[in-house]
Amino acid sequence: MRIQVDPSSLEQTRWYEYATRFLFGGIITATAGIIAGKWGPGIGGLFLAFPAILPASATLIEKHEKEKKEKLGLKGTRRGREAASIDAAGAAIGSIGLFIFALLLWQFGSGHRAWIVLLAATAAWAAVSVLCWYIRKRA
Amino acid sequence: MSQILVRSVIGGVVVSAFAVLGDLFKPKSFAGLFGAAPSVALATLGLTIAIEGAAYAATEARSMMAGAIAFFAYASFVSWVLMRYNRRALWVTLCSIPVWLGTAFGLWYVWLK
Repeated sequence: MRIQVDPSSLEQTRWYEYATRFLFGGIITATAGIIAGKWGPGIGGLFLAFPAILPASATLIEKHEKEKKEKLGLKGTRRGREAASIDAAGAAIGSIGLFIFALLLWQFGSGHRAWIVLLAATAAWAAVSVLCWYIRKRA
Repeated sequence: MSQILVRSVIGGVVVSAFAVLGDLFKPKSFAGLFGAAPSVALATLGLTIAIEGAAYAATEARSMMAGAIAFFAYASFVSWVLMRYNRRALWVTLCSIPVWLGTAFGLWYVWLK
């Protein structure tokens, strides 16, 4: 299947669903900072890879897929869960890119300009994630 | 206190931005990649480097590798449970958080401590 951009899916998301993601993301980020301050960067660093987006995105995907099926007069419960499961499988692939992101920051974080390292690590996350996704799709 | 507030706002914005990116793409498995975006790290590391220094951030990044492996275990587990059992996504994703915690802290203890 080809990768497509579908802006119409944004219309399905309601304002309170955006607000929930914003709130959850803010809480997780602040908590990661508090943990690092209290127990040090060794423990705090773990939480930089905390699954901050996945619970909300999987829940929304399940809900939207279910609603789509119900509009057609079908029961969409199973379809919704399958879609959420596929989303989580994609996140598992993306976590390989997340590992590379962390590896690059660890190796090159000191001695280089911070913004360059962050930018390069983010590009590496995207490239590795997409590459792994392609490999998985073709396998 | 103000630093926590700044982190919260930046975190909220970055996490939301990646979530919106994930909404835009099809198929679902590709969109799922954005669920593992380095959103919390991007939101927090710039500030950490500015305040605590690059060496502190590098130590955090080293631990983040364990967190990323834990993320893989967590997301794979969530995917498997949702496909196999008839449970709601919200409950599966939240009740599976101990998988992430256990893997992350286990790896930290045996590998990084």
